[in-house]
Amino acid sequence: MIKSDLRKKQPPLKSIGEIKLQQPKKHTLDNGVPVYLIDAGTQELSRVELVFDAGSFYQPQPLQAYFTNKCLREGTESFNSKSIAETFDYYGAHLKVNIDKDRANISLYSLNKHLDKLLPVLYEVAIKPSFPDDEVQVIVKKQRQEYLVNMEKVSFIAGRKFSNLIFGEKHPYGKIAKMGDYQNIEKKILKQYFEERYRDTEFTIIVSGKMPDNILKKLNQYFGKHHINRKTEAAQTTSIEPARQLSHFIEKKGTLQSAIRLGKPMFNKLHPDYLKFKVLNTILGGYFGSRLMTNIREDKGYTYGIGSGIASLKHGGMFYIASEIGTEVTQKALDEIFIEIEKLRSSLVPEEELKLVKNYMAGNFLRSADGPFALAELFKGVHTFNLSMGYYSEYLKTIKNITTEEIRDLAVNYLQPESIIRLVVGKDGTMG
Amino acid sequence: MINFEKFTLNNGLRVIVHQDASTPIVAMNILYDVGARDETPGKTGFAHLFEHLMFGGSVNIPKYDVPLQKAGGENNAFTSNDVTNYYLTLPKQNLETAFWLESDRMYKLAFSEKSLEVQRNVVSEEFRQTHLNQPYGDVWLLMRPLAYKVHPYKWPTIGEKIEHITNAKMEDVKAFYGKYYNPNNAILVVSGDVEVDEIKKLAEKWFGPTENNGNNKREIPVEPVQKEARFMEVERDVPLDAVYKCWHMCSRTDEAYHATDLLSDMLGNGNSSRLYYELVKNKNLFSEINAFVMGSMDKGLFVVSGNLLKGIKPEDAEAAINNEIDKIRTSMIDEKELQKVKNKVESTLVFSEMNVLDKAMNLAFAELAGDAENVNLEAGKYQAVTPEKILDTAANVFRPENCSTLFYRAK
Repeated sequence: MIKSDLRKKQPPLKSIGEIKLQQPKKHTLDNGVPVYLIDAGTQELSRVELVFDAGSFYQPQPLQAYFTNKCLREGTESFNSKSIAETFDYYGAHLKVNIDKDRANISLYSLNKHLDKLLPVLYEVAIKPSFPDDEVQVIVKKQRQEYLVNMEKVSFIAGRKFSNLIFGEKHPYGKIAKMGDYQNIEKKILKQYFEERYRDTEFTIIVSGKMPDNILKKLNQYFGKHHINRKTEAAQTTSIEPARQLSHFIEKKGTLQSAIRLGKPMFNKLHPDYLKFKVLNTILGGYFGSRLMTNIREDKGYTYGIGSGIASLKHGGMFYIASEIGTEVTQKALDEIFIEIEKLRSSLVPEEELKLVKNYMAGNFLRSADGPFALAELFKGVHTFNLSMGYYSEYLKTIKNITTEEIRDLAVNYLQPESIIRLVVGKDGTMG
Repeated sequence: MINFEKFTLNNGLRVIVHQDASTPIVAMNILYDVGARDETPGKTGFAHLFEHLMFGGSVNIPKYDVPLQKAGGENNAFTSNDVTNYYLTLPKQNLETAFWLESDRMYKLAFSEKSLEVQRNVVSEEFRQTHLNQPYGDVWLLMRPLAYKVHPYKWPTIGEKIEHITNAKMEDVKAFYGKYYNPNNAILVVSGDVEVDEIKKLAEKWFGPTENNGNNKREIPVEPVQKEARFMEVERDVPLDAVYKCWHMCSRTDEAYHATDLLSDMLGNGNSSRLYYELVKNKNLFSEINAFVMGSMDKGLFVVSGNLLKGIKPEDAEAAINNEIDKIRTSMIDEKELQKVKNKVESTLVFSEMNVLDKAMNLAFAELAGDAENVNLEAGKYQAVTPEKILDTAANVFRPENCSTLFYRAK
């Protein structure tokens, strides 16, 4: 039996101690393509991921990067879309294509015992896609419909408009696709982008999981033979120009909730204050116990969830706060957000709270490094910026050493209310 | 393969331990055998609202999250029509904090009025965000009562209507807790780099003293066999028409479950599946289409849902679905197609054993469904399904009178 007063006290905590991260092993294929191996995990499976500098940042016209990536699997020189789908399905594998602002990825998830059957198809998809026009048109139609559905969601409308406000109309991160852009997508456009950003261009291969036998030899056989062109990236000339006006409103008739986005352009991982800012962000809105969640959800019940974050992109970054809020209390929630920001600027975070956040962040890091795919994600997170895994030691050191004064100073320097752009997508007449 | 040990405390709490030394993270999963099916009509959405209240403090611990975050942990929970499941992960050094936290809220909840008031609002916002303010968000508010006439599966986990949540009273909350939040109604799983003896001691120390208070026997009305096809149509402010169809199927624990699950994979899982390939790619009727089973503890639903391309009539789209359904229920499938979906299942199972939290959940659900050992027998059961069994199952599920159809029309 335990005495009831024993129940009042938390069992003693131990510090997590040093976290040693595996450094991926680098190899180079015959044509110079770099391969990173992350040997971890307990199951006989792996992920082979190809990473191209082919995100939407580089596209000459809207949606071009997205559809190029999306349609890679829709037909190649040797296989049609059906047989590609059949092969991956038959061997219980998943082929995932994904694109963000900077990068385009092709990932194959499979049991190691089937990898030999899958690599030839992965190779065709990544290196020899043919973008058959009828298949492309099916995908375009499908996505155009999805776009129509999404445009009914306040969160979607807010998300796309917000990039636009933060980065500016002219910056590649700020440009948004419109309905009319879908009709310009055709085979020729996708082929063009593919040739420009995928074929003959240096890409990176990351294998994570239990290493399949002879993996390097196999990769070399498929991905190490063709000629690779090493291009130097053209300098970015367009500068980030956030909207001058601070408050923005988009009406969505009949909505029950408003989507709100607040934020500003921010530095990326390469900036000396980035890691410290992560701590400030966590306190404000980066975890369940954050000040925004505690105040706006747990105390007031205005929302199901609210959070803040910092997006680190290759050519810039952004700080943001996002939530969906009952239309009647939207203005009140906005006021509370600024009260929380002001508190961080004018008073010190109590030591007890800071200690909690430090422990939480360290524990969270441990979780984010758990398992082969998680390690691969961490690696990608630094590789884009030409940083090493050593960056994460810095991260842990920063968490450990940051002081409450430094956090206040960061809030003073970077979260001036007059620098924060606000967007509400909601019902007219509910805003103060 | 997930190795584990199982023991039961004197108060009936079942404890399962899985050892995995490959990770510094430990997962704890507590499943309470209570879900939306245990609610009374007029007070729906209660199991889920209660899940929120479980974070509002227990008698010795005013805030659940704070000590866990101090320990470097993270947690969440979900409610379904069958269960309420709580889980957390934390660095293994601080495992005892997990026992302390979870045992205290099983021991005695604080029942703060403030927490009830706030969470009524939070859950109402969740209701709006997920079911009312989303295009097609109310589909299950429509489909469930169409398919179920007496069984409590006729309302979704979030509840039948927001008023049921805003009307929730403290006395209801207390009664619900007393009835269901007892050790003999829960399954505790710990998975990570732990020793069984250590877990035995901790479980005994923290959960041992908690007594059973309630009578958690359930009496759930059985859904009568559907004898006539049902149809419903609605008009909503959405950009495109959609069609939903569902058929009654067996429960998660039925011997026909694995064949039914494979049947849904054949129809709708992956880009080479029948519905996707025929109706999205070949015939250009849908922009997307899905088929899936609800692996519920009582008899569930087999669902096909699709969003139509502009200009396609729901009647024509439905005819095309019916055509595929007819094919699969009248002609024998070939071995290769069956092997394909079996391979998929095999792979999914291997991937689902990658981390300690997934493994802990798998074990808890297997135990709920009869025996944790089933977690390691699933693969074999899928592999044993024959083409004949698929045909049999399809013929049985896809009887036209067993079907409910919803046309969701764009205004």
